[in-house]
Amino acid sequence: MAEIPVGATAERQVVLGDTGAAPDKKWIIVTRGIKREYDMGGEIVRALRGIDLAIGRNEYVAIMGPSGSGKSTLMNVIGCLDTPNAGEYWLNGQQVAHMTDDELARIRNKEIGFVFQTFNLLPRATALHNVELPLVYAGVSSVERRKRAQEALESVALGDRMDHRPNELSGGQRQRVAIARALVNRPSILLADEPTGNLDSQTSAEIMKVFEQLADNGQTVIMVTHEADIAAHARRVVVLRDGIIHSDDRREAFAAKVGL
Amino acid sequence: MLGGGFAADLPQVIDHMHLFEAIRLALSQLRVQKLKSFFTLLGVTISVMFLIAVVSIVEGMNKYVEQDFAAKFLGVNVFNVRRFPDINTDVTEAEWRAWQRRPKILPADGLAIKAALPPEASFALQDIMWATGSSEFRNGGPQVLAQAVTPEFFRIKNLVIDKGRAFTDLDEAMGSNVVVVGVEIASFYFPNLDPIGRELRINKFPFRIIGVLEKQGSVFGLNLDRQVMAPFQSYMANITRARQNLYGVVVQAPNTAQLENAKEIVREVMRNRHRLRPGQPDDFVFETSESALASWQGIRKFLILAGMLLPAIGLVVGAIVIMNIMLVAVAERTREIGIRKSIGAKRRDILAQFLVESATLSIVGALLGVGFGIALSQGVAAVSPLPATVAPWSVALAVIVGAGVGIVAGAYPASRAARLDPIFAMRQE
Repeated sequence: MAEIPVGATAERQVVLGDTGAAPDKKWIIVTRGIKREYDMGGEIVRALRGIDLAIGRNEYVAIMGPSGSGKSTLMNVIGCLDTPNAGEYWLNGQQVAHMTDDELARIRNKEIGFVFQTFNLLPRATALHNVELPLVYAGVSSVERRKRAQEALESVALGDRMDHRPNELSGGQRQRVAIARALVNRPSILLADEPTGNLDSQTSAEIMKVFEQLADNGQTVIMVTHEADIAAHARRVVVLRDGIIHSDDRREAFAAKVGL
Repeated sequence: MLGGGFAADLPQVIDHMHLFEAIRLALSQLRVQKLKSFFTLLGVTISVMFLIAVVSIVEGMNKYVEQDFAAKFLGVNVFNVRRFPDINTDVTEAEWRAWQRRPKILPADGLAIKAALPPEASFALQDIMWATGSSEFRNGGPQVLAQAVTPEFFRIKNLVIDKGRAFTDLDEAMGSNVVVVGVEIASFYFPNLDPIGRELRINKFPFRIIGVLEKQGSVFGLNLDRQVMAPFQSYMANITRARQNLYGVVVQAPNTAQLENAKEIVREVMRNRHRLRPGQPDDFVFETSESALASWQGIRKFLILAGMLLPAIGLVVGAIVIMNIMLVAVAERTREIGIRKSIGAKRRDILAQFLVESATLSIVGALLGVGFGIALSQGVAAVSPLPATVAPWSVALAVIVGAGVGIVAGAYPASRAARLDPIFAMRQE
């Protein structure tokens, strides 16, 4: 597991590597100087002002920050939903920052699994079909698809609800379907955006347990949240403020800082 | 997005699994909103319905004209030599007057033709006049189609005798005043009696009935059951004034291959007899089933084109409706499109999804239209004298047109869907 002590710029530079050079294989995500700006009616909003980040394989990282900190923008960049204006983004050894739309779509399909706050399931499709969808776009045959989707649903304890539609499932169950869908293509990273935002505290706890189990089993998990106590579930917490990294601590240090 | 790149990846997008998925999805969207979908399709359905119905009726008429009319009325491998065309439309005053100046056709011409024709060809003289009939039981009645013909006429025209017999070469040679009559003549002038052997007067002149024709029916309003035929050498020729102005010479070639040849032989003979110089046009005509049909074919093509015009306009309207409904669908499903893109759908996946949806919609509309069109044409055929035959080419055309309309109508909405930014789309609603 990687440690990047805050302030140790020299060490950070070693980890990140030289500009343009592929980073060491043990880092699944490396960003160098990521900048993202928007033109909002004449005024330029600088959402990300130079993000240098390295995340290793099998890490369980929380990206935390208040609204306006740029955490959602960073998540969109990491998730290949958005491209930065400047900087490099290396995902699993590939330079991703300036890929075409089609290439990004392929990366989203194969390398990234998304879990959203509002679940984002197709309302008129069954749980099984929702989970199959990434495999449809990957061109997997229908027999193989069904098998893998079933396995994914069983792994989140929803094997008996495969033919239910989202409106027939509880919030916790919907989020599990979303997690199964995110995992079905065996992605490099699981990216979760406020996954418990729409859940009650008990269900939230259950879902956080699911993420913990996945992380224990070797999945790289990146969770974006504005709640400190959710962030403290992860093993490393990166705090963003005003578009740059404010702090980057292991769980214990972070918890101590915020008084948990 | 609809450029070369798209075309190059087409096989990947339209691999059969994907296409099947997309069609299934499209059909399930249809099922969910049956009434709304039906109204969307209405333009296409109604246009196709009229297209199918019009073509069915016109093709039905065509079948009737080609098979029933041509074969029955004119005969097979047969042509008539006449002074001017019998079946004519669009004749100008000048043409008509020119026709009147043509030399009349005479029995002697017929004999010259007969001499020139090869022995396998058949030959008959025919003259026609409207006349009045009467019997001891009845007088007057509608006019009778009186004909003076040579015996070969029956064979050439495939006329079947139901009762009694046709006249023979002997009757012809002796100029016997015998007649073969149509069924309506028999029943009108000799109600409930056997007409064979009885006397029928044509323009007051007595003839003995020796045969009754099988029922012929009518052709374009001409009742073929009111005919009366007598040998050419009998008194009938006087009634019809055959010797002054023969209605026509009927020639039958032994087979289709020899038809042109026979025509040329006859043309030579007639030009000779009329003393025409090379370069001068014929002053007589050949009537074959082709020439009779030619004017019908012209009418048929026009009817089909006209019959397609309104459906074409309807299809444009239908396409606009489909396009608008698809735009609404894209707007309503913006979030869904964003979700799909976030899990890896490429632009062309989204494009294909919506194109297949609008094409499926349109094809369903076209198939409905085919069904209604067939029903409509059967209905029209049942309650009117118009016949109807469903032409397979029109069904195939309707389905292709349906797909085409769907694709064209869906292109703009689909490209808008494909170009949506996933982050923006997922934030909607």
